[in-house]
Amino acid sequence: MTSNIRYKSRIPVKTEDSTEEKQYVGFATLPNQVHRKSVKKGFDFTLMVAGESGMGKSTLVNSLFLTDLYKDRKLLNAEERINQTVEIIKHTVDIEEKGVKLKLTIVDTPGFGDAVNNNECWKPITDYIDQQFEQYFRDESGLNRKNIQDNRVHCCLYFIPPFGHGLRPVDVEFMKALHEKVNIIPLIAKADCLTPNEIKKLKDRIREEIDKFGIKVYQFPECDSDEDEEFKQLDKELKECTPFAVIGSNTVVEARGQRVRGRLYPWGIVEVENQSHCDFVKLRNMLIRSHMHDLKDVTCDVHYENYRAQCIQEMTSKLAQDNRMESPIPILPLSTPDVDTEKLIKMKDEELKRMQEMLNKMQQQMHEKDQ
Amino acid sequence: MAASEVDVFANEEKRNLELGGHVGFDSLPDQLVSKSVAQGFCFNILCVGETGIGKSTLMNTLFNTTFENEEASHYEHEVQLRPQTYDLQESNVNLKLTIVHTVGFGDQINKEESYKPILEYIDAQFESYLEEELKIKRSLFNYHDTRIHICLYFIAPNGHSLKSIDLVTMKKLDSKVNIIPVIAKADTVSKSELDKLKIKVMSELVSNGVQIYQFPTENEAVAEINSSMNTHLPFAVVGSIEDVKVGNKMVKARLYPWGSVQVENENHCDFVKLREMLLRVNMEDLREQTHARHYELYRRCKLEEMGFKDTGPDSQSFSLQETYEAKRKEFLVELQRKEEEMRQMFVNKVKETEAELKKKEKELHERFEQLKRMHQEEKKTLEEKRRELEEEMNAFNRRRVAAETLMGQALQGCSQQPFKKDKDKKNFFSLPSACSLTSGRNLN
Repeated sequence: MTSNIRYKSRIPVKTEDSTEEKQYVGFATLPNQVHRKSVKKGFDFTLMVAGESGMGKSTLVNSLFLTDLYKDRKLLNAEERINQTVEIIKHTVDIEEKGVKLKLTIVDTPGFGDAVNNNECWKPITDYIDQQFEQYFRDESGLNRKNIQDNRVHCCLYFIPPFGHGLRPVDVEFMKALHEKVNIIPLIAKADCLTPNEIKKLKDRIREEIDKFGIKVYQFPECDSDEDEEFKQLDKELKECTPFAVIGSNTVVEARGQRVRGRLYPWGIVEVENQSHCDFVKLRNMLIRSHMHDLKDVTCDVHYENYRAQCIQEMTSKLAQDNRMESPIPILPLSTPDVDTEKLIKMKDEELKRMQEMLNKMQQQMHEKDQ
Repeated sequence: MAASEVDVFANEEKRNLELGGHVGFDSLPDQLVSKSVAQGFCFNILCVGETGIGKSTLMNTLFNTTFENEEASHYEHEVQLRPQTYDLQESNVNLKLTIVHTVGFGDQINKEESYKPILEYIDAQFESYLEEELKIKRSLFNYHDTRIHICLYFIAPNGHSLKSIDLVTMKKLDSKVNIIPVIAKADTVSKSELDKLKIKVMSELVSNGVQIYQFPTENEAVAEINSSMNTHLPFAVVGSIEDVKVGNKMVKARLYPWGSVQVENENHCDFVKLREMLLRVNMEDLREQTHARHYELYRRCKLEEMGFKDTGPDSQSFSLQETYEAKRKEFLVELQRKEEEMRQMFVNKVKETEAELKKKEKELHERFEQLKRMHQEEKKTLEEKRRELEEEMNAFNRRRVAAETLMGQALQGCSQQPFKKDKDKKNFFSLPSACSLTSGRNLN
């Protein structure tokens, strides 16, 4: 199955060509037009958070988007969680900043990893993601495609507990079940229980284990070679920092004369936005300020296309067996291109070309004759 | 002082007498102490908690030394217990310390069987002690007591409450061992969150009927401190064996970019409280509770299983010896009966198989006979057919001979009458061919 190549996002680079002003056509304003249209249309983004209960997922989401999405949340007792099943809960908020509207959907997965027997506890999550893909697939193949709602999950933040020595079996199984369906960004939760040395050791360990188990987490796109050095440096730092060790906070404390989001301890104050305390700022910049669109692109171009190709293949193989079955979606019979048919096609193409040329010649001749 | 008076004295209650002067038996406790010190003490700790939660570090911090412990992997298939015994000495008191770690606890995806290895280990220690007790030649004072005196249950500080696995495990262990729950890695919980967490944990334990160890409040000397400590359960601990310079002292602490968590600072964590309670105040009480409550419960259950009773049907106390003998006889009788049964079964089975084999033989024999008969019948029919064929052949031969002789006669008739009609000519012409045929035949 061939999956499509990644789509590189280009940040518009200003060109200073005063010498070419005479031949200025004007399509350099395209980026501005795109900007205007997109601001008018608004953006949407679906973020999924997954991890055991008590890892600080809700706090982090609140800190990221500076809102309070989780008012009046009911938390279950330990005895109720012994046989808990995973639920999927969606919260949707519309937020606006400098005229840009964002429809943010947070998909929560309470109950993941909380029961005593967690066999296949990621199944409801994979089913949900597949459902969204399926719904989009149907909408896209429908007749009226004006208002398609894109509910596909663009990114999944997975919270790894910092109390262990690395990834646990349930972490590995979850990521392996989802890495071909959604962009996974692993995070080390509650990083304020690790000293800087321990953080480094844990990050190295987790990176090693991700490689060892063949888990495909979200990779930041490579920098273009014509970007400036500062950007490249930042990008390099970002890549070396994964998985991000994050701390979240809902409360504002007074530190160094400023009011900041932080956690107050008897031995000091942890500032969420202090880069030497944790990687929260890096995560926020990456997620919201620079790579949000890339995440959406990868979801559309890679994960969704994989799903679609798989779906179509299944359907055609079923149709071949049972001709009476009606498919809800108009599909063409899928022909796997093999060498022979390709050769045939090429030959026919050439023939067509030749015929066209002959036709043109004849037309010219006729034209000349008329004249 | 007749015999009857002595009897009367024996039946009366004991009287309190006042001493006239200093006798000296108030040194009995000291004698006991010196004897115990000479003998050495024994203490066994079981640490139950997730991999990487800080069990080894806390043990190192508690005993101010470094026990060798390799880092456990997260990928064990089932929970295993790893006991290690150390000999420690502090100002002429010898302590034989055994630390048992649970390896792989909480790592499996399906944790329903996680508590079983722990339970089995605890029971195994009780069992070996029981065996030693019941031996004929026993040496209890020399026996290395491996029964678990305390179980430290490490709760992961996830901020909200207990995990489901914690609840299930503690419920299974509370009748077998003294449990003290501790909140591990407590430097990730801020003060207000910690208070809420402690209350939530205790309320969940109480509402589910989990009996954790309560520090004893009967003895006046320690009643006050113990009862105040009881309110601080579960202890929020932080462990560290690294020394960090704070002020102008070197203390055990964890150094963060935003500050350093001092292990022995009571404002930072409850480590000091844990050490006080566990080692300095209540160690002996823990050993006693293990022996008097948990071990006795185990022993009672075990012996009742085996069928022993304290009082017989007519309320007279049995002696263990008699009961044992009776049990043994019963057992032997039972054994013999079972043997007989098995032998009988075996014989029956053999007979059955023999009968089957015989039947099969008969069947085979019958079939053989049948086939033989069929064969013979076919042979007969074939013979008949052959005879018929022979007869036919003979008949044909005779006819042929007759035809030849006829032809021979006809030929003689032909040579005597040369002027014949066409018909005869035909006959004449056809004759040689017939002759050649016959001659050919004769040659054959």
